[in-house]
Amino acid sequence: MSDLDWDNAQTGRIGGRVAIYALLILWAAICLFPIYWSVTTSFKIAPDVMKGHLIPFLDFQPNWKGFRSLGLSPDRIFETSTVREEFLKRFTNSVIVSVGASLLAVVLGSLAAYGLSRFSYRFGPMRNKDISFFFLSQLILPPVVLALPFLVLYRELDMLDTRIGIILLYTLMVLPIVIWIMRDQFDGIPVELEEAALVDGLSAWGAFIRIVVPIALPGMVAAFILCLILTWNEYFFAALLTSTDAKTLPVMVASQTGSQGINWWSMAALSTAAILPLVLIGIFLERYIIKGMTAGAVK
Amino acid sequence: MTATEGDLLHTVETGDLPEWRRRAGRWIVRGATGLLAAVVAVQMMQRQGVLDWGITTWRPTLYAYLIWAVAIGAGQVLSRGEQGKRALFLLPAVFFTVAMVIFPMIFGVSIALSDWNLASLDGRKFNGLANFWQMMDDSYYWNAMKNMGYYVAAVAVEYAIAFGLALLLNAQIRAQKFFRVVFLLPLMLSPVAVSWMIGKSMMEVRFGPLANFARWLGWETPSFFGNPMIARTSIMLMDAWTFIPFMMILMLAGLQALPKEVMEAAKVDGAGAWQTFWKITFPLLMPVSITAIILRIIFKLKLADIVINVTSGGPGGATDTITSFIFREYRDRSNVGYGTMLAMFYLVLIIIFITVLLSLVSRWMKRHT
Repeated sequence: MSDLDWDNAQTGRIGGRVAIYALLILWAAICLFPIYWSVTTSFKIAPDVMKGHLIPFLDFQPNWKGFRSLGLSPDRIFETSTVREEFLKRFTNSVIVSVGASLLAVVLGSLAAYGLSRFSYRFGPMRNKDISFFFLSQLILPPVVLALPFLVLYRELDMLDTRIGIILLYTLMVLPIVIWIMRDQFDGIPVELEEAALVDGLSAWGAFIRIVVPIALPGMVAAFILCLILTWNEYFFAALLTSTDAKTLPVMVASQTGSQGINWWSMAALSTAAILPLVLIGIFLERYIIKGMTAGAVK
Repeated sequence: MTATEGDLLHTVETGDLPEWRRRAGRWIVRGATGLLAAVVAVQMMQRQGVLDWGITTWRPTLYAYLIWAVAIGAGQVLSRGEQGKRALFLLPAVFFTVAMVIFPMIFGVSIALSDWNLASLDGRKFNGLANFWQMMDDSYYWNAMKNMGYYVAAVAVEYAIAFGLALLLNAQIRAQKFFRVVFLLPLMLSPVAVSWMIGKSMMEVRFGPLANFARWLGWETPSFFGNPMIARTSIMLMDAWTFIPFMMILMLAGLQALPKEVMEAAKVDGAGAWQTFWKITFPLLMPVSITAIILRIIFKLKLADIVINVTSGGPGGATDTITSFIFREYRDRSNVGYGTMLAMFYLVLIIIFITVLLSLVSRWMKRHT
């Protein structure tokens, strides 16, 4: 290799590195800017928004106005505020609904996935493969197909605008995903472990709870977090089936945008508060999210 | 439900079950079935006005179903011992799904075949296929269907970007974890928040940063939702922004699972980066790509939240999806019967589309491996 070739290769490689980092930084900016914009806008007053100021302290003086309108600013936090009560009620609803649905889905889904992974069932003409397909095929069911029948059904059952009604629907929505992830997890656990437990006198359920669940726990956490994200963000069912009591946070955020003359600062503060829990989950539990998303997809 | 031969995990039955257990199991199931039938019958009669016990909701039927489901489980364990205990793993999910999907679907078909407006006092009237014929003439519905075609086609572009990002993340870079977390963040955000953050505020014509940026680039009047084509593209961009991380993570996992030896062999043989990608990486990642694309199409077919919140389908239906159209059909006109027919028809189309897609893919995969 002559010196000239060597130099060319070297500059080529450095140029490649620069291009890679440039692209990475560009995309990171695309991902972060909307979040940055929402967070900063929640500290702006009207003129700052209108002039398109971007950088706090340099461009504009941060102001608690957005959070004050929600009753969440430092000076208002101890006073009574109807907006804050409303916000906290929606927030609590969202927490109860998403945690409840995710827990229920992980329990039901893990049990079913374990059964399908270890035993062979026959249900009429359906074998294990068909039963699995039956569960997974729910994934393609668009929510709109179930929405109107459920609207009528829940009205008949007096379950409209109840948290339990929404929890059941959300469980249904994420159940196929849990079964998909957990079947992959259980298939990866050697069956000899349970056989040893059975020899030691445990029943099938005993072996499942004492031996298998502790091993599969990371998978369950991954499935749970994925469910949590999907149910926390769900809007469509909540918009149709809840009104005053069980309304969740996304519905509250959406109903603000519809009103005339949007309050920029309060909308920004509301959005920030709504996305904050998930941004934190994304930052600290990224490992589990990726584990859940890639289960079963990559062999 | 029976567990047959071929179990991965064999459990041993300790002796024969006593006859009384079999009989007790059978009687529990019969009793619960009888109870369920009786409750349904009473509720039907109440509805028809034959008798009046003052029952206003169908809750009793719901409770009877729950009791029935528990009784079936107990009956399985009592009459079939270990075999029954195995069935107990699967039964809760089955009963849940049957109650939440199969029953509402059957109910949905009957709604779809009726003229039913929740706002009017008339109640439900069976009208056969009238909704179907109305749907055939509904140009807005077919327009929304056409839009779905555009939206699904956009998956190809999203896939290319996601693959590119996965390749970047897989390169030998510093701070890989930082970039991975940042790239994943958009997926965490709810479509409603995205609608506001990007659609309503960053794309705001007068002072949104994106509008300013567009002006800086030389677009005099940056209106992101004025013209049908641009409005649709804006919706696609927002949806892509949230969902590209999903495909990216799948592709990245695929890249990381590639056998190192193959890549090294390619390098030893003197293949360039470009050649290595097209001859080795891309073909080896085909299965992951197909999984990612099909899952993404399935999610895309449910697209609605952003459209509902940003454009409400406008301008002139250019951004409407099937789901957002049906949502408005219900919100504005409370037309449950017609809306359900639209949804049911959409479901049939989706099932056909996905089935054809899957069979095409599997045939193609067979030919190429």
